[in-house]
Amino acid sequence: MMPLLTLSWAAPLAGALLLLLIPNRDGKRDGMIRWLALAISLVAFALTLVLWARFDQGSSEFQFVERVPWIPAFGIDYYVGLDGISLMLVVLTGFLTPIALLSSWEGIEHKVKEFSVFILALHAAMIGVFLSLDLFLFYVFWDAMLIPMYFLIGIWGYDQRIYAAIKFMLYTMAGSVLMLIAILGLAYLHSDATGSYTFDLLKLYTLQIAPETQRWFFLAFTLAFAIKVPLFPFHTWLPDAHVQAPTAGSVILAGVLLKMGTYGLVRFAFPLFPTAAAEFAPWIAVLAVIGIIYGALVAMVQPDMKKLVAYSSVSHLGFVVLGICAMNVQGVQGAIYQMLAHGVSTGGLFLIVGMLSDRRHTRLISEFGGLKSVMPRLTAAFLIITLASIGMPGLNGFVGEFLIMLGAFRWDPRYVVGAGLGVILSAVYMLWMFQRVYYGEVTHDKNAKLADLRPREWAAAAPLCAMAIVMGVFPMLFLKPMEPAVRKVVEQVGFSQPVRVQNPEVKKPEGGKEVVLNVQH
Amino acid sequence: MFNTDLDALIPMLCVTLTALATLGTEAFRGRAERLPMGWWGLIGLGGAALSAALLWNRNVVGYGVIVADNFGLFVTFILVVVGALTIMFSSQVVYRDGIPAGEYYALVLFSIVGMIMMATATDLLVIFIALEILSLAVYVLTGVRRESAKGIEGAFKYFLLGAFSSAFFLYGIAFTYGVAGSTRLEAVGSFLSAQALSDNPMILLAVGLLLVGFAFKISAVPFHMWTPDAYEGAPAIVTGFMSTGVKVAAFAAFTRVFLSAFEPFSGDWAPLVAWVAAATMILGTVVGVAQTNLKRMLAYSSIAHGGYLLVGLVAANSVGKAAILFYLLAYSVTNLAAFGAIALLGSRDRDNDELRDYAGLWNTRPALAALMTVCLLSLGGLPPTAGFIGKWYIFSAAVSAGYYWLAIVGVLTSVVSVFFYLRVVVMMYMADREAGLPGPVTVPGLGMAALTVAIAMIFYLGVLPTQVLDFAAESIATIF
Repeated sequence: MMPLLTLSWAAPLAGALLLLLIPNRDGKRDGMIRWLALAISLVAFALTLVLWARFDQGSSEFQFVERVPWIPAFGIDYYVGLDGISLMLVVLTGFLTPIALLSSWEGIEHKVKEFSVFILALHAAMIGVFLSLDLFLFYVFWDAMLIPMYFLIGIWGYDQRIYAAIKFMLYTMAGSVLMLIAILGLAYLHSDATGSYTFDLLKLYTLQIAPETQRWFFLAFTLAFAIKVPLFPFHTWLPDAHVQAPTAGSVILAGVLLKMGTYGLVRFAFPLFPTAAAEFAPWIAVLAVIGIIYGALVAMVQPDMKKLVAYSSVSHLGFVVLGICAMNVQGVQGAIYQMLAHGVSTGGLFLIVGMLSDRRHTRLISEFGGLKSVMPRLTAAFLIITLASIGMPGLNGFVGEFLIMLGAFRWDPRYVVGAGLGVILSAVYMLWMFQRVYYGEVTHDKNAKLADLRPREWAAAAPLCAMAIVMGVFPMLFLKPMEPAVRKVVEQVGFSQPVRVQNPEVKKPEGGKEVVLNVQH
Repeated sequence: MFNTDLDALIPMLCVTLTALATLGTEAFRGRAERLPMGWWGLIGLGGAALSAALLWNRNVVGYGVIVADNFGLFVTFILVVVGALTIMFSSQVVYRDGIPAGEYYALVLFSIVGMIMMATATDLLVIFIALEILSLAVYVLTGVRRESAKGIEGAFKYFLLGAFSSAFFLYGIAFTYGVAGSTRLEAVGSFLSAQALSDNPMILLAVGLLLVGFAFKISAVPFHMWTPDAYEGAPAIVTGFMSTGVKVAAFAAFTRVFLSAFEPFSGDWAPLVAWVAAATMILGTVVGVAQTNLKRMLAYSSIAHGGYLLVGLVAANSVGKAAILFYLLAYSVTNLAAFGAIALLGSRDRDNDELRDYAGLWNTRPALAALMTVCLLSLGGLPPTAGFIGKWYIFSAAVSAGYYWLAIVGVLTSVVSVFFYLRVVVMMYMADREAGLPGPVTVPGLGMAALTVAIAMIFYLGVLPTQVLDFAAESIATIF
């Protein structure tokens, strides 16, 4: 059998190296390189779809597993596998990369080759993060990913790009190095217990760890992921990085990178240290709810569209973390669904804001107004994405948020009050922004002659709008593959029965499915 | 060969003979003639590597004071790599900078002889002699550009402080001899482990004095004062050479002395070394942040790297010892490549080693900028480079020995260090060249080749480290 998983991260990397070999000092081959990079990313996307097609949706096991000894002395393997949770995120990554490349077709004018190389390298590293089942391998991809992102922000970003790039890098690293210590500690504990080192996630899942140690290790892991998510109050790098990054960078950053934090919580922090997770989950959930409301309030007052979208991410990702903390099937499923939905809708928002910014070289809301009459098609696309982001029923945001709130309600209804407030606020800031930018009279002369969506921009925006609708109408398509895996995680963590038991009857394992069906009809 | 005593010395002899050949060639050289004298050195180093490979696993002892065990041979390999890269980088640079080539190459080779001797010696006095052989050569190399005031200043500081530290070291040997009645490490070790002497002030004094001597050579805090000046004053390639070669040799001897002879006292010295390690890592990185001269910045960074190596020494388990060896290799290749790149970018009138000289390098010399970036990322410990595996190895040693706090200090300082490595990257990729600065220089081919080889090694060690890791683990298995 073909090593499909290796191929899915190695193909874009090989493509990146291939691009690197094309001589292009004078920029004469920019056009060819753009098309080639797009073709490579489409191949990579096709590979992720092949994975989906061949994926056994009924199984909770890791599939397509590949395992080769890498550093045998320490029990480190090249060990990759895919379950329903990672499958969805891999597909999302594959989906967004071509869009990111399309979004920068005109926005990136210099060093096109290097830009494309970094995007593809980033793609490879992101896929690697989602596939790794060996903690060492995971850490390698996790850290390696920072390098291309750093360059993308630092070279092709806006005015404050260097500051933003360094802040992004240092923040993320500071969190992840402590995780490295915890990873080493885990391997060491394993060797203490069994006599051999291992970084094998599945073996480490079964390791019995003393509660005190769990607490420290859990905090180290969670800090790394909380910074990435970003969970309030570790979010301060995000507005800078998002706003300063070029459009493609923002799309990938918001679309995929943030999900690595929440993915890490689901895959590593919670199942590895269930006792500590049960202990800390209420606190993390409080931070998540604060993030939901805080992010929404701050988003509301932003004069800059990109910054508004950036803060809305803080708010939306708060939902995801809340769902994970609930640790029941609905909550986690909703969280993962929300990760996908947020990837599509926020990716779309950044994309369209980027289009406006390419045209006008400003992102200030006050500079726009009345665009509806000038560029109706762009307005329509933006409206779909906006409504998706708000969580309007029938679009993708609704499903995730609903499931999360359901899950959270079963755990502790008080969180849902805060989260519900966040939903209302998200409608406020998004619709208010939409109104100021698109409705009313054309207040600024420069806006009167803006071009509507070009074919290339259609190609980027249409798939996102389509996905927002498909994910809203047929959620089972995405929920079904991930369900066995989610169930397994929830059982593994084992506090699916809430820390604060409100009503013992609610623990019906098939609850998730029923709810989902309700949503569909 | 009938005399196995001599076998253990063959790697050193190879290098010594070619050093002499270099001197001879220099003596018979025409006044304006430019001879490619570096090749002598490469031949000698090749011979040393070959003989070391043949001696592998044989544990040959030479005259009771030199032992060609796997540990020493592994270090010899590292030193051969350091020497060969140095010579390749120097090929054009020495002529460009007007450095007397014959003396330069001969001094480099002689100091390598001292380094190899230091790594394989098992007698404190022989270690001292080796230390002096390498130190004297390096003092001269620091000031090899006679017209450079900074170079002279650095060399003078280095020499004076170095002489002091040698005295400390010698004093430590004297006290050791006074207690144990021998300077052979084996004899000292067995004497010390046989008796409960831990409250004997004489032996503690001896340990302390030897510690000072070593700490000076590896520029551990608080004996690091000479480092920034010497590193900044010396020609970039010499800085690269001494920041790696000297450190490798000193660490090899440090490890051997403290983990064999003074192992019974590790309860006394380990906490002290742990604090020194933490202070070294912190000072190296924190002060490094404030530098605007690249050489000075890398000087502080190499101080910090000494701190990481000390962590491996403190951990003192089998993982730690192998980690030291691996880290020495990873660090040497990376650091030497970084200084090599700096050297290649210099010109006769200007070193071009200020941070702003690197502005926009990406536009003028993209390949060199990319290679330099790899070096910097490796120094910062980012995957998939040698530096990452090295740091991971060191910290896993610390964690498995229970030194969590030291590992945490280590990882946090490496994040801070990434900040200043990135400043260079920012300059190269994200800043524009200031007007009025000299344009790009032509870069010699052999230097570029050396850089490429070094980068290939960095990636090899970073992606497929297994072989070298096993090799390192094997080398410490036979001793200690």
